[in-house]
Amino acid sequence: MRVVLAEDSVLLREGLIRLLDASGMEVVAAVDEAEGLLRAAEEHRPELVITDVRMPPTHTDEGLRAALVLRRQQPGLPVLVLSQYVEERYAAQLLASATNGGVGYLLKDRVADVAEFIDALRRVASGGTALDPEVVAQLLLRGNSDPLERLTPREHEVLGLMAEGRSNTGIGQALVLSEGAVGKHIGNIFTKLDLPPAEGDHRRVLAVLQFLKIRSLP
Amino acid sequence: MKVPRPWSARAWLDTGHVMIGLPVAIVLGGLTLVLIVAPPLLRRRLPWFTRVQRSRFEAFLGVHIPPVQTPSQWRSPATWRQIGYHLLSPIVGLAAAFLVAVAWGGAIVGLLSFLPAKLSGPPLEFVFDLRDNRVVLLFMVIGLVLMVLAPILARGMAALDLSVARTLLGPSRSELGQRIETLTESRAGVIDAADAERRRIERDLHDGAQQRLVSLAMNLGLARATLTDLPEPAKEAIAQAHEEAKQALKELRDFVRGLHPAVLNDQGLDAALSGVAARAPFPVKLHVDIERRATPTIEAVAFFIVSEALTNIAKHAAATKAEIRVRSERDRLHVLVYDDGCGGARLDAGTGLRGLAQRIDSVDGTLRLSSPLGGPTTIEVDLPCE
Repeated sequence: MRVVLAEDSVLLREGLIRLLDASGMEVVAAVDEAEGLLRAAEEHRPELVITDVRMPPTHTDEGLRAALVLRRQQPGLPVLVLSQYVEERYAAQLLASATNGGVGYLLKDRVADVAEFIDALRRVASGGTALDPEVVAQLLLRGNSDPLERLTPREHEVLGLMAEGRSNTGIGQALVLSEGAVGKHIGNIFTKLDLPPAEGDHRRVLAVLQFLKIRSLP
Repeated sequence: MKVPRPWSARAWLDTGHVMIGLPVAIVLGGLTLVLIVAPPLLRRRLPWFTRVQRSRFEAFLGVHIPPVQTPSQWRSPATWRQIGYHLLSPIVGLAAAFLVAVAWGGAIVGLLSFLPAKLSGPPLEFVFDLRDNRVVLLFMVIGLVLMVLAPILARGMAALDLSVARTLLGPSRSELGQRIETLTESRAGVIDAADAERRRIERDLHDGAQQRLVSLAMNLGLARATLTDLPEPAKEAIAQAHEEAKQALKELRDFVRGLHPAVLNDQGLDAALSGVAARAPFPVKLHVDIERRATPTIEAVAFFIVSEALTNIAKHAAATKAEIRVRSERDRLHVLVYDDGCGGARLDAGTGLRGLAQRIDSVDGTLRLSSPLGGPTTIEVDLPCE
């Protein structure tokens, strides 16, 4: 898999290149600021973009804005955003750009768990989502009345885990449920959110996106 | 004004102030008058004259008259007010010293009026016949009354002197206004500097220690995943180091997040509060209704309030849930933090809430705390938005 990486810390950039190499991915370009990322993505047409949020020159959210530009320029280009802190507001902006999946937003801490991190990369690259549990926790804070109120607490939990990007098996393990039970909860969620039937994982992604949009847009 | 008792230290200090005041005022007033012929010399000496008088008030009355900040210049009204005081003080001083001296003197003479009759001297040539017991009795009563009156009179005269000195030697109303303005400005400067410092620390940690720790944890993770043929103790050591690096990373992140989150600048209070509320070890409901963003300082204070309150609740309250409401109303920002914990929170105990109160004071906000034993606890804060 061909990856473009944007990270301004040399130490971490080199480390990530090593990590991706060891996992059989090819880093075709590694840059240290957002402008460079846009150029590299244009030039190399990668299968996955990994970017930091805070980068030169302003050290605020340029990585995130670059990710949004990339999603506009190359619709469907999978982007994983890494950050020292995750903020639901940034997640919302990122996901508002996505009509389908291929989006990830994780704490930098997660790179320490190599297998899980690589798993998340592959999931995003193949059009899924990978949201940090911390973002999901933030999204659950706001107590507005919305379609999600119709969900039971259990269905809420299942939807949260779906947003993190877990499979039915993964959700079942986390909640100590059988896969059949998880499937039933997910079916209920689809119905309650009025989601039309769709191919493969797409419906799942739509549910997550709706969850995020409702949760994060005031 | 508290009425002084006749023989209290206060009475003697007041009397001393008034009596010493007269010669001091005469000397300084005289010098001022003489030096009018040599204005430059007067201008240079004037602060010294004033210092002498100020030290008299400090020594006898324990009152500090704030010094005038402006330098001694002819175009400064303070200079003219000081000259006025030094010329006026001999007159005020003379009247005061005269009255106080007469009162104390009368008291002593009256109380001792029985003595001449006892002493076998030549009969006194006096309008009153002091051999008459009724006259002596009257004099002694008058003496007694004066004895009580003298300290009050001394107090009154000292107070009169003080008010004249405050008016003419101290800073004027406009100077005080100026001073308040300066203080307000410098306070705002200090608060802004403290915020800037927080931001700097946050950024330094973000660019330095945090990246290094992520890299360390990642390398350990990589080692753990790839070096599978190592002996068991080595694998275990790597695994333990890996876990500890991750824990250190989490702790540092939580700490830095509480300092000054970058998202506060970029996206405002509403966005920044999500992170801090989600980290609490109990469920938190968050309602934010802000029409337009407050100043960065106020946003930082409001963030600090919520962050600190949640930390306090986690530490002390044993709460099962909490609720945060932030609402803007014209030029005020209201912050309410509620928890269903054990209550008993006090502003004067522990540093958490006091730090909170100080931070709120520093921007002229108000704090209301309701925390009966057994709970629940409500912290209500009102901040000016500008």
